[in-house]
Amino acid sequence: MAQFEIQVNGSKRSVQADADSPLLYVLRDQLELHGPKFGCGLGQCGACTVHIDGQATRSCLYKVAAVGNRQVTTLEGLGSSAKPSPLQQAFIDEQAAQCGYCINGMVMQAADLLKRTPKPTEAQIRDGLATNLCRCGTHQRIVRAVQRASGQPVTA
Amino acid sequence: MNTMDRRAFLASSGALVVGFSWAGTAAAAAAQALSPAKAVDKARIESFIAIGGDGRATVYVGKVDLGNGSRTALAQLAADELDLPFDRITMVMGDTATTPDQWLTGASTTIGQGGMELRRACATARAALLVRGAAKLGLAVEDAGCRDGAVFVKADPARRVAYGELAISAPLELAVDPKVVLKKPADYQWIGKSIPRVDIPGKLTGEWEYVHDFRMPGMLHGRILRPGAVGASLLSFDDSAAKKVDGFVRTVRKGDFLAVLAKTEWGAIKAMRATRAQWGAGEQLPDQATVFDHWRGLKVAKEDVTQNVGDARAALAATSRKVQARYDFAVQTHASMGPSCAVADFRDGRLTVWSASQATHSLVTEIAPIVGLAPEKIRIVYLEGSGCYGRNGHEDASADAALLAVLTGQPVRVQWMRDDEMARSPKSPPRSIDLEAALDERGDIAAWQGDFWIALNHIVAFKPLDFPLLAAAETGVPRSGNWVGFLFQNSGLGYVLPNVRVNTRHVEKAFFRSAHLRSPGRIENTFANESFIDELAFVAKVDPAEYRLRYLKDPRAVEVIQKAMARAKWQPRAGINPTAASGDIVRGRGISYLRYSNNNTYVAAVAEVAVNRKTGDIRVERVCIAHDCGLVVSPDGTINQIEGGTIQTVSRTLLEAVRWDRREVLSRDWASYPIIRHDQVPRVEVDLIARSDQPTFAAGEPTPCAIPAAIGNAVFDATGARLREVPFTPDRVRAALLRPVGA
Repeated sequence: MAQFEIQVNGSKRSVQADADSPLLYVLRDQLELHGPKFGCGLGQCGACTVHIDGQATRSCLYKVAAVGNRQVTTLEGLGSSAKPSPLQQAFIDEQAAQCGYCINGMVMQAADLLKRTPKPTEAQIRDGLATNLCRCGTHQRIVRAVQRASGQPVTA
Repeated sequence: MNTMDRRAFLASSGALVVGFSWAGTAAAAAAQALSPAKAVDKARIESFIAIGGDGRATVYVGKVDLGNGSRTALAQLAADELDLPFDRITMVMGDTATTPDQWLTGASTTIGQGGMELRRACATARAALLVRGAAKLGLAVEDAGCRDGAVFVKADPARRVAYGELAISAPLELAVDPKVVLKKPADYQWIGKSIPRVDIPGKLTGEWEYVHDFRMPGMLHGRILRPGAVGASLLSFDDSAAKKVDGFVRTVRKGDFLAVLAKTEWGAIKAMRATRAQWGAGEQLPDQATVFDHWRGLKVAKEDVTQNVGDARAALAATSRKVQARYDFAVQTHASMGPSCAVADFRDGRLTVWSASQATHSLVTEIAPIVGLAPEKIRIVYLEGSGCYGRNGHEDASADAALLAVLTGQPVRVQWMRDDEMARSPKSPPRSIDLEAALDERGDIAAWQGDFWIALNHIVAFKPLDFPLLAAAETGVPRSGNWVGFLFQNSGLGYVLPNVRVNTRHVEKAFFRSAHLRSPGRIENTFANESFIDELAFVAKVDPAEYRLRYLKDPRAVEVIQKAMARAKWQPRAGINPTAASGDIVRGRGISYLRYSNNNTYVAAVAEVAVNRKTGDIRVERVCIAHDCGLVVSPDGTINQIEGGTIQTVSRTLLEAVRWDRREVLSRDWASYPIIRHDQVPRVEVDLIARSDQPTFAAGEPTPCAIPAAIGNAVFDATGARLREVPFTPDRVRAALLRPVGA
């Protein structure tokens, strides 16, 4: 194993990992950041999404060795239940979760989308989140939450 | 724990209960694990409720929150029956050492059955507190009342004594009064309100602790090696390459069970991939192309007539207007977002398993023979997992972790990989159904006959004790049973007809390990029945909604149909949509109705679809649901379940079928078992009909039952193509389009 210094949620963290280890396991098992989830390990579902320099990235495929000086942000980096970010608060207000296992990915992907497209149409939200899977069928509420977070009328 | 033990515990702890925070860390969860065993007898109130000196209540329920919000809804029920503010209640769910066994969390029984048991316990406790409080205040009981966690003087409400003070003097220990008077709807403070779910803020911020997040000091990570072929035995293995993986600890073999253990999760995955296992031949699987014929040819263990009215055979023999159809429903899987996971710890002869099982209490008995321990030595602590929608891999992963912990003496966390969850978890069994009806000269249904090939449910005392958990079969504890749910339900009709005969044929053994998947039996049977009545309406040249209403007398049934029609602005017509006659994209609407299990929730659905006649693609654009489940505890929570059940079932109806070859399951990931995506999701509109004077019925499972037929009927309205096999894949749509209208 090797030692890596990585920037996570604004702090420098020192971690021990195999160079080929996906970032996901380092975040979950060493840094106890449980926002990102293991869903498939194949980049298909989005449950493990984090931001690397602000860009939504699937941490199940992204090697810890590739992080370098880039900033890693996890769901925990957006806010806490005591002080949620506006996007997290919009999901709470819309009660946009059931089991909640996919929700990390939905929030992180939506945060990236809103940065690039602050006022997305409903279709842009659906397209932007299309490769984030949800099994409970919470999609409609998730779209509403993103609309609400963008300050637009909730139409979904 | 007996009374003396309990008193000793109370004396030593200085409170009736040790609380813990749901938003805690692994340390908090570990503390929960250490919370002492307590009364769990369902007949006693102390099994359900403990009130602390601080006036807070801990409520213990055997039902678990599978992500459907029942933690919040059950707390609402307790708050009202206890007259205690909602935010002073902490829920403990599914811990076998501290919660009563309320039967598994399934068939949408959590609020109706589990909630009623909790209400009675809480109401009994409240009555006891009232007696104590009145005595303390020097009043007759009728001069005192309960409110906001205190007993007060009716003539002088400022005079009050708090529950905490009343509870600390002596434990509240008594039998649940089965006839206790429950709170009247007019007095509800919490029931019927959309209280925000207590779990959602933590789920949005990474603070909520799933079983996947639970950690213990010294815990090892395990991964199981399993063959592709069903039932293949382990011939040999070579772990020499695995031994070179950083953090590798050891391989564990018992019979055909093979696992690797490592200090890190990535190390366990690498070691699993580096281990070479040689497997023997497995069982041959049937040819998927003809699976339903195969299914009909398998040994039938028993036949049951589920409905017999008049003389359907004679009426069918006498008719000149007979309609027949066959319906098939694919093998599907739960496809949980998170592969199943569990943590187990074996020390001092006792096994603790942290599990997301929907059936922790009966899982103790399932796991006991695998690990060779008496059930009394096993405790299963529920922690939420990824949504399961039935029996997915949670129970298997729990057994895997338990076995590894007992074999190695070290705490072990097992998380399945994606292909384990997709290919190796239990599957819903196939369904094949024949329906036949006679119409009289007015087009009315003179006779209805059904024959349903369903999987046999192997149950012992209503529990899945005969279920072949993988770790059981692999270690020489063979079990032949399946636990598939009550698949006969909704084979019979809710319509009032003169002659009906419905028969169910229970297939002895399915070719996959089979388990219930959301709305088992009801969804497949309703697909057939509600498609067929649509076919009859077409033959009778009657509007399909009007046709259904002809045969319904129950006003609650009529109301859901009329509500869904109104929401969808239903345009009555006989025959297919005339405006959809030309062009590649054609639109139609279809209706479906059921009463869940024919004795429970009423649902009507109208689906609106667009069909591409060239490609065969179906797009479901909108679904309108009217839903009457009696007393609604949380309107928004109920709507969330209805929306989710609709969207999930659009996915099952359009996309989902487990694929296999003669050797193994080929659906191994999200590419080979695709589910619905955001850009395919319909708009779902819900009308809840709340009846506070009626018992609470089911909310999670009824709606899905209505969806497949509503979509199929809408496709028929749009195109004249009748779809009789789920899923409605584009090639099936194109094939149906080539047949004459209605054929």
